[in-house]
Amino acid sequence: MWAALRCVVMRDLTLAMRRRADVLTTLFFFVIVVSLFPLGVGPEMDTLRLMGPGVVWVAALLASMLSLGRLFSGDYIDGTLEHLVLAPQPLTVLVLGKIAAHWLVSGLPLVLIAPLLGLQYGLSTDALWVLVLSLILGTPVLSLIGAVGAALTLGLRGGGVLVSLLVLPLYIPVLIFGAGAVDAQVTGLGPQAHLSLLGAFLVPALVFAPWAAGWALRISLE
Amino acid sequence: MLEVVDLACERGERRLFQGLNFSLKAGELLYVLGQNGSGKTTLLRTLCGLAWPAVGEVRWDGTEIRRLGDEYHRKMLYIGHLNGVKDDFTAFENLRVTGQLAGYADSEERALAALRRMELTACAELPGKVLSQGQRRRLALARLLLGDSRLWILDEPFSALDVKSVEGVQTVLSEHLDNGGMVVLTTHQEVEITSRRARHIHLSA
Repeated sequence: MWAALRCVVMRDLTLAMRRRADVLTTLFFFVIVVSLFPLGVGPEMDTLRLMGPGVVWVAALLASMLSLGRLFSGDYIDGTLEHLVLAPQPLTVLVLGKIAAHWLVSGLPLVLIAPLLGLQYGLSTDALWVLVLSLILGTPVLSLIGAVGAALTLGLRGGGVLVSLLVLPLYIPVLIFGAGAVDAQVTGLGPQAHLSLLGAFLVPALVFAPWAAGWALRISLE
Repeated sequence: MLEVVDLACERGERRLFQGLNFSLKAGELLYVLGQNGSGKTTLLRTLCGLAWPAVGEVRWDGTEIRRLGDEYHRKMLYIGHLNGVKDDFTAFENLRVTGQLAGYADSEERALAALRRMELTACAELPGKVLSQGQRRRLALARLLLGDSRLWILDEPFSALDVKSVEGVQTVLSEHLDNGGMVVLTTHQEVEITSRRARHIHLSA
């Protein structure tokens, strides 16, 4: 089972490395959206400090949406998705591998670059650390929930818009507690409660989302 | 043994066929014939478990295939219309990944042997996107030679192949049947596979 998981992760990472442009578009989208706000709002430090966490999180949400389309559609179009579904391995594990690889190429870079972007909003070092922590816990949840939506809308016309309508409402709790963690740090309340809740979202998502996405894939292929 | 009991399939509210019964034993070959739209592909997808039957069951050694799950997937290999060739992987990598997914520890050796048998050694290091249609089809069919699946379900295996490759694939199929394998296939081409026990099913639209 671990061999199958590693095989799928390596497969998708190799494919992503051969299509670096796709990976970079997501990252640039995130960087540009986050950087536009200080330019539009003006250099008022207090306002920016207030908005910062929310803006970074909303941008992460949108960037994660943007990359969802690529999660299964490539494999669906060239027929390799049928191989995955019919492989003698638990589909849940294979889907988990695909989601993990997707997070590594589209979620992790956002986490790593976020502190740099946070500087534009005058966030303190402590607040930046909390921002990184909240993104580390939160972005995998986005990938996991998004995978279910992407699997359900596979092969549908206008699937991109549909997946946003389906998935964005489910992202709301992650957004509230992710941005809330940084706010709590800035206002001196301490981010532990928010971060614990993000962790509490991650665990059930890790268990159920790959399974649900697997079933959604079976339905989409029928 | 593959058994089909009182099978009926639908595609978008339309009943394609019903009351289909047959069984396939070791060494047997089954041709699925019928006009366009008569449900050949749907039948094949139902046999491999990708599509649900409207009525009836598909059984392997007496157990319904959905209940067998991965155990059935280990014994069955399906090659559909789509070749399942990744454009960004080389021919060799495409096969190696398939072998790894099937759980073979020696997937590299198996992939090389399969490429040699399909006369694709020269293309081994070429990415999928530069392969011709015929080469892609041969690469898809090379999956047959990777492992030891008993049951092969092939949807139009000979499409886009030249005369020489068709002969090569025919030999591969004959050998599989001689070794006690089973083959279900659809084809529009006049292909004779030497088998003592070839059977035909006509699906009428």
